[in-house]
Amino acid sequence: MKIRLLAGILVLGLSAVGCGGATVDTSTTSSAPAAGSSASAEPAGTVKIAINPWVGYEASAHVVAYLLRNELGYNVELPEIKEQLSWEGFETGDVDVIIENWGHPDLKEQFIEQKKVAVEAGSTGNKGVIGWYIPKWMADEHPDITDSKNLNKYADLFKTSESGDKGQLLFGDPSYVSNEEALIKNLKLNYKVVVGGSEAALIKSAQQAQAQKKPLLFYFWDPHWLFSQTELIRVNLPPYTEGCDADPKKVACDYPEMDLDKIVSKKFADTGGKAYELVKNFNWTNEDQNAVADDMTNKGMSGEEAAKKWVEANTAKWQAWIPK
Amino acid sequence: MSSTTVSASSGFRLPRWAIPAGATIGFVAAYVIFRGTATLPHDDEAPQFLAVTDLREWIDDHRNDNPFFLYFLNYIRLGVGALHTLFQTVLYALGWPGITGVMGALAWLAGGWRTGLLALAGVSAFGVLGLWQSSVDTLALVGVAVLLSLVIGIPVGVWAGLSARVRRTVTPVLDVMQIMPTFAYLAPLALFFHIGAPAGAIATMIYAIPPAIRITALAVAQVSPTAVEASTSLGATRWQTLFKVHLPLARSTMALAVNQTIMMALSMVVIANLISAPGLGGDIIRGLSRAQVGIMLPAGVAIVVMAVVLDRMTLATARKDPRARTRRTDLAVAGALAAAGLALIPVLPAVWPENVTIDVVAPVNDAVRWAEENWYAVTTGIKDVTTYALLNPLESLLTSAPWWLVALAALILAWRVSGVRAALTALACLLAIALLGVWEHTMQTLTTVTVAVLVTLVIGLLLGVAAARAPRFSAIQRPLLDAAQTMPAFVYLLPALALFGTTRFTAIFASVIYAVPPVVRLVEDGIKGVPPTVVEAAVAAGSTPGQLLWKVQLPMARRAILLAANQGIVMTLAMVVIGGLVGAGALGYDVVSGFSQRTDFGMGFVAGVATVLLGVMLDRITQGADRRTSPRKRKMS
Repeated sequence: MKIRLLAGILVLGLSAVGCGGATVDTSTTSSAPAAGSSASAEPAGTVKIAINPWVGYEASAHVVAYLLRNELGYNVELPEIKEQLSWEGFETGDVDVIIENWGHPDLKEQFIEQKKVAVEAGSTGNKGVIGWYIPKWMADEHPDITDSKNLNKYADLFKTSESGDKGQLLFGDPSYVSNEEALIKNLKLNYKVVVGGSEAALIKSAQQAQAQKKPLLFYFWDPHWLFSQTELIRVNLPPYTEGCDADPKKVACDYPEMDLDKIVSKKFADTGGKAYELVKNFNWTNEDQNAVADDMTNKGMSGEEAAKKWVEANTAKWQAWIPK
Repeated sequence: MSSTTVSASSGFRLPRWAIPAGATIGFVAAYVIFRGTATLPHDDEAPQFLAVTDLREWIDDHRNDNPFFLYFLNYIRLGVGALHTLFQTVLYALGWPGITGVMGALAWLAGGWRTGLLALAGVSAFGVLGLWQSSVDTLALVGVAVLLSLVIGIPVGVWAGLSARVRRTVTPVLDVMQIMPTFAYLAPLALFFHIGAPAGAIATMIYAIPPAIRITALAVAQVSPTAVEASTSLGATRWQTLFKVHLPLARSTMALAVNQTIMMALSMVVIANLISAPGLGGDIIRGLSRAQVGIMLPAGVAIVVMAVVLDRMTLATARKDPRARTRRTDLAVAGALAAAGLALIPVLPAVWPENVTIDVVAPVNDAVRWAEENWYAVTTGIKDVTTYALLNPLESLLTSAPWWLVALAALILAWRVSGVRAALTALACLLAIALLGVWEHTMQTLTTVTVAVLVTLVIGLLLGVAAARAPRFSAIQRPLLDAAQTMPAFVYLLPALALFGTTRFTAIFASVIYAVPPVVRLVEDGIKGVPPTVVEAAVAAGSTPGQLLWKVQLPMARRAILLAANQGIVMTLAMVVIGGLVGAGALGYDVVSGFSQRTDFGMGFVAGVATVLLGVMLDRITQGADRRTSPRKRKMS
């Protein structure tokens, strides 16, 4: 009986969509049920901010989510979706906002220019740069190690059980922006990329490397709270010049300093109202983000608690973001 | 190498070990001579990968104008999505009082007060663990997947049960669906159905339908032919026979099908999250990416609790006598529970109150940190010894040997163990892997699988023998094995990750935990299955316990042990691919990377296919082992 009823509803749902064929973005995601904690006030709508897997991103997302919830009365969903999949989420309606985007000119071309399902929503104010890092003690002992030309000389130091007879370059989450393989090949480095799998693996290895004086060469990025706790030195790859990273296979230069920005779905930009205004206005410094990220990782606070703490201490900053 | 074997077999009678020994020497010689030639090194930009990536780009661009998508795939996506939204809306509307009351009532009706209380406690546990919202999302997703699996699976199963021809067509398809590591089909699914809850539900369905079809078919086929004959001779139509005879008689076995479908669906919860399906899987993946066992463990426990509650409820329904009336008191209690739950909806908040949750995140993380700090020397020692003594040599052997030598070795091994047909299948799989351009990574994965299977078998044999000989040990061990099997595989990854870092060894460790329970069970059952008269005879003849084990019990349990080896391989392979997330590298990592980097899509897709081929190859090499040695087996399969 129940099954028949459900099948009936299913058929109704299907026929309601019409007979013109269904495109992926016709799904009615905005009407998803509200699961807000306050049953009293009618929520103004639901905003879906993708959570990419690094804590700095989460810090920004939680602060924006906190303000959306408590100042503007929106419901906020924070689905964990990796960088590139988040862009696809614009198309399906699974994602409204990417709060911290690291470059991705190819995805911008595809989803903003061609498919027109996403739009840029301005800078976050954070300057981001990716690079290869070593613990400070290594630079002290081998002053010339910070030049990538000398890395082969020290490859033996970085050998591990996973890298065989080559030096190990530790990488993070598989979804991160990466030129590592190309760099190793094009700079003829005797190194192998070993994937740690997560930001946490990178942090833990970096801390151990500095504390126990173990050699480590790893992929990392600034802004990050770790820089205030552990001394890390950046290895100088051949300097970035405009366009040297145009062909991903031929990259032989360092990462550029990026102006991190926000990307939102076209639909959200058109119909998001005050929530969209707030996301567009959101702009803070690397120090702000590091403070929140540090609270989340090292002080045992949840994202919401850390965001609350920052919001309470920085009223002047966020009030400028609230749409009038 | 061939000259050695030929001369050995054509000469006068040689001892039994001569041919294998000769072959081994031949292979060693060939390896030494040809090492480093024809090795098929891995290339991230292989044309095969790029072709698939291009295909994906094409599909992406035409998702909204190709008729196949417009009129077929997108409708499926929308339909499943609408159903999921409906489930979610209903469950959210019920809120925690409603869900607790209704679940309690249903469980009480199904299995009396024990099951009822279990359901009440279980559902409350979701709230107490602080996972109410995720649990409800998971419940909605599993509900949709199970409902659709049954809607499709039961009719197909009934049909297959009635017609042998249908059964023959369906069985190989189901085999592939089950042997394929769940990871492998996520990427193509995301391609056709995009990401999100509908895609997650469809992925779960693919995994959950096979038992629904298989068990239903079995149930219908088992209905006694005399009853069917009696019915037809009385002039019943085919439909009448089906609905009045087959289905009622097959009812309790079919309830088992529902049970198994639910269990399979629950085991997909975590994996479905990789394509952004909501639910408890998200908490586990978040724990993984932050390396915090404290986040993962409660979510893992919640999944186990959900599995136990749903398992008991459906099993109780299956065991119930269909003619027995529900007692009036049971009805009254169930009604009262449901009514109380529903009545409380407007009074109590819909979301579990935060002050009645236990926060276990910090203590668990502390415990893990302590273990990490204090066991670090020991665990690193174990890891390094295994890696340098076993993993690295085997890996460099397999990757530096010419591909034709490896293929030849596989061919001969499969031929010896399982016969010509299996050998040719194994060879075909290997050649396909070579053509796909993932040879080197397949060899690396093969290394981890081999080492994991060896360790699994050693541990499984030890525990299985111990359990068979000491009933008390068996009684203690059984619930632990049950838990290890229901726990989502990802939960093991984290403690392993904490202790061994992101290395291949971590993946091996986790897959050993995953694969040991069925091996232990099969070994234990095999040894217990040795007829007591044989054991008595051996004891009477003066065998020591050691002799009894080595000369009587183990040889007689050989079939079960070989089956255990086969099962161990299949399960280990499934896990080593998941291990790609924690440093197993090779094929598993290619699949993971194919998800998250658009340019690697082709490589990930191909690696998924290669994993299936590797699984089929290993299965074919080992599955014949028991068939050849025991003619009894043929009858049973």
